[in-house]
Amino acid sequence: MDPMAAIRQTFFQECEEQLAELESGLSSMDGGAADSETVNAVFRAVHSIKGSAGIFALDDLVKFAHVFETTLDAVRSGRLAATSEVIKVLLQASDTLSDVVRAARGDGPADEAKTQKVVAELTRLISPGASASEPAAAKPAEAKPEPAMPAEKIWVISFKPRAALYANANEALPLLRELGRLGRTEVVLDDSALPSLNELDPEGAYFTWTVTLHSACDERAIRDVFEFVEDDCVLEISDQTADTAEFDPADLGEGFEFEIYAPGGEGVEFEIYAPSIDEPAVMPAAVEQAASGPVEAMAAKAESGAPVGATIRVDLDRVDRLINLVGELVINEAMLSQRVLEAGIARASAVVVALEELENLTREIQDSVMAIRAQPVRSVFMRMPRLVREVAAQTGKQVRLLTEGEGTEVDKTVIERIADPLTHMIRNAIDHGLESPEDRAAAGKPLEGTVKLTAVHRSGRIVLEVADDGGGINRSRVKQKAIEKDLISPDAQLTDNEIDNLIFLPGFSTAATISNISGRGVGMDVVRQSVQALGGRISITSVPGVGSTFSLSLPLTLAVLDGMVVRVGKHTLIVPLGAVIETLKPKAENVHALDAQQRVLSLRGGYIPLIDVAGALDYSDTPIDLANAVALLVEGEGGRRAVLLVDAIDGQRQVVIKSLEANYRAVPGIAAATVMGDGRVALILDIDNIVSVSRDGGRRTDGEAKEISFKSEMTHV
Amino acid sequence: MFDSLTGHQDARELIAFRVGVLECCIDIMMVREIRGWTPTTALPKSPPYVRGVINLRGAVLPVVDFAVRLGLPETETTERNVIIVVQSGSQQIGLLVDAVSDILTMTEAEIHPTPDVSSPMLKMFVRGLLSVDKRMISLISLENVLPALEPEAA
Repeated sequence: MDPMAAIRQTFFQECEEQLAELESGLSSMDGGAADSETVNAVFRAVHSIKGSAGIFALDDLVKFAHVFETTLDAVRSGRLAATSEVIKVLLQASDTLSDVVRAARGDGPADEAKTQKVVAELTRLISPGASASEPAAAKPAEAKPEPAMPAEKIWVISFKPRAALYANANEALPLLRELGRLGRTEVVLDDSALPSLNELDPEGAYFTWTVTLHSACDERAIRDVFEFVEDDCVLEISDQTADTAEFDPADLGEGFEFEIYAPGGEGVEFEIYAPSIDEPAVMPAAVEQAASGPVEAMAAKAESGAPVGATIRVDLDRVDRLINLVGELVINEAMLSQRVLEAGIARASAVVVALEELENLTREIQDSVMAIRAQPVRSVFMRMPRLVREVAAQTGKQVRLLTEGEGTEVDKTVIERIADPLTHMIRNAIDHGLESPEDRAAAGKPLEGTVKLTAVHRSGRIVLEVADDGGGINRSRVKQKAIEKDLISPDAQLTDNEIDNLIFLPGFSTAATISNISGRGVGMDVVRQSVQALGGRISITSVPGVGSTFSLSLPLTLAVLDGMVVRVGKHTLIVPLGAVIETLKPKAENVHALDAQQRVLSLRGGYIPLIDVAGALDYSDTPIDLANAVALLVEGEGGRRAVLLVDAIDGQRQVVIKSLEANYRAVPGIAAATVMGDGRVALILDIDNIVSVSRDGGRRTDGEAKEISFKSEMTHV
Repeated sequence: MFDSLTGHQDARELIAFRVGVLECCIDIMMVREIRGWTPTTALPKSPPYVRGVINLRGAVLPVVDFAVRLGLPETETTERNVIIVVQSGSQQIGLLVDAVSDILTMTEAEIHPTPDVSSPMLKMFVRGLLSVDKRMISLISLENVLPALEPEAA
């Protein structure tokens, strides 16, 4: 990558961080925390984006950020009260800003009309006099003279650069030229401060320019010219239109101070990093926490909920390599222990004791390394307030989003993949869960509905909940719909919970009309599928009139997996524990043959297909001996169940997932591989593939076949 | 004629190994390491010449029985067999062979073209022939060793 592109990429990464900061600051202001620190943080975020955008000549971004910043400055200085109406506009502006950032990155154009509208609103806030009939004043193109304004003014601008201005690679000449574009200028140089040559600091700043500008522009246009240097110069702008005679250039001599290099560097560039410099370094604490295991460390951090400390950016590949090596270390250590035992060394000997210490140390290293990849879910939660605002606006509902547990940490790989399911669940909660304001009023509820998003650690997994205080699931309607869609038979007897779970069936959607929000052809079945692909589960609880809660339970990392170790012939295989519902010992009288190959097991009144794993993987041609087989009831994609027959279960363990594709290619029926304690590779079964291949007799086809098979199953369960 | 060209600037080093009755060689620059035989984990639904996978410092490495790949009988593995780990594009592959026999320095000019009579199977892998001390050594091209480049047979 060429260096400029790399810098650009870093800029956009930082933009994302600043936008997140902005969003969180505005949200806490919305929650009533309008203290100066929060307001400053919000201002700083926008200011940093503007500053860096200027370096990349992203004019649209700079212009919008500037208008935004001006309004925020008014809030910061107390000229504008942070009322809920003001904050609403600011939130809109923050959404727009992220659109403009995206447009600047080249990911689709920004909505120009919307941006203009927000610009107008922002401007109206600080100059209430400007009515909507004067949108011209709100246009970001204010740097140009306004031909509509007839009165030409005489501005006197005194510009005295400090040394820092030159040190930051700016120059006076381009700025003066820029002023010249605003109108007719007369420039006077005051070099009286120039010392004699032997006293002169070659890097000092000694000149002051006084510019008399005849232009119809306003003061802001002039300040815009000095936008990036205003911290590095003494700038005085006065309107001398009324009485030029009173102007005495000598007045401008006041406040002349020679300042060589502002300490700490007040430059715009430095401010980008300012927030992280402010934070105390908490590395030792983090390491200590990490040492107590990834789960505990993540949980501990989640509880503290403290702001993130000093951080470094590390290439993910490096971390992955470290994780691989540590995994190998664990295996080597286990093999060494095995050899020591085989050598007949006494358990109490110094060698064995030292080896045990090594083992503890190795595990700690492994846990700490895994914790490096852990990240708080905050980055995903941050995107949700905007979504809620948009969906609320589209549906005409009033919604308040509450979030809890943003600090809960999960592996980076999981973070990246929970955003889509969460987005969908929240859309669903607002669109289908919450009632319209009228219905809420009729039910005696507050007009504003609440959607609560929570993240917690529970028994080594992360549980995400989306709860709404809406009307709950309309069970009779769901059941009716399922019958209409031929998903269940009309005489099916279902419990409330089973009815609730019908909404996860493929092809199910309760919205009577296809709305723009939920009706995009993706239903909750897609959410369920993507969650299951992550080794997670989704469940729903609903109380009529009180609301519904969707819970997502996911593993903390995709790099390791809880697996059941099974034996098939002489092969060792891993079955993902998340897919296993129960293990059983099949009785011969419960097994029925459907045809020459397919057998089914009758289980609690239903028939579930039996899959001989050795046969499915072509490991063996002879069918497994049922009398000695162990059966695993598993659930694959779309809730489809099957019973896997294996020779024995060797226990459970956490395995590190290794890719087969990296050096080979995907193998049907195998999801990935892992390395066992003895250093050998074991394969992890792809339950979805094995179940669906057996279901469709090897010809996996369309969704119709799936629905029919599901239907028969639902009626039996 | 051969001797006059030895030491020429485009001379390169080759590593020779025995596979059943054959002696083959590959460019030494493609070899990442040579390790002793360790039992493999069989992969389901894979071609017969893919012996399985082994753990190479945390990465999963497919092992190809090179004898089977060349149409010879399956290698009967003992502790004396070796796995030559080679780099092929972005992937690493283990080649199961009987033993490493020699390291040679050769130039392009010393490589005889493969005779037209050889089987299509050999033509897929054999880039040319070398004669060293009355032995004939086949120069192997590794491009077609892994099944990923073939249409799926299973």
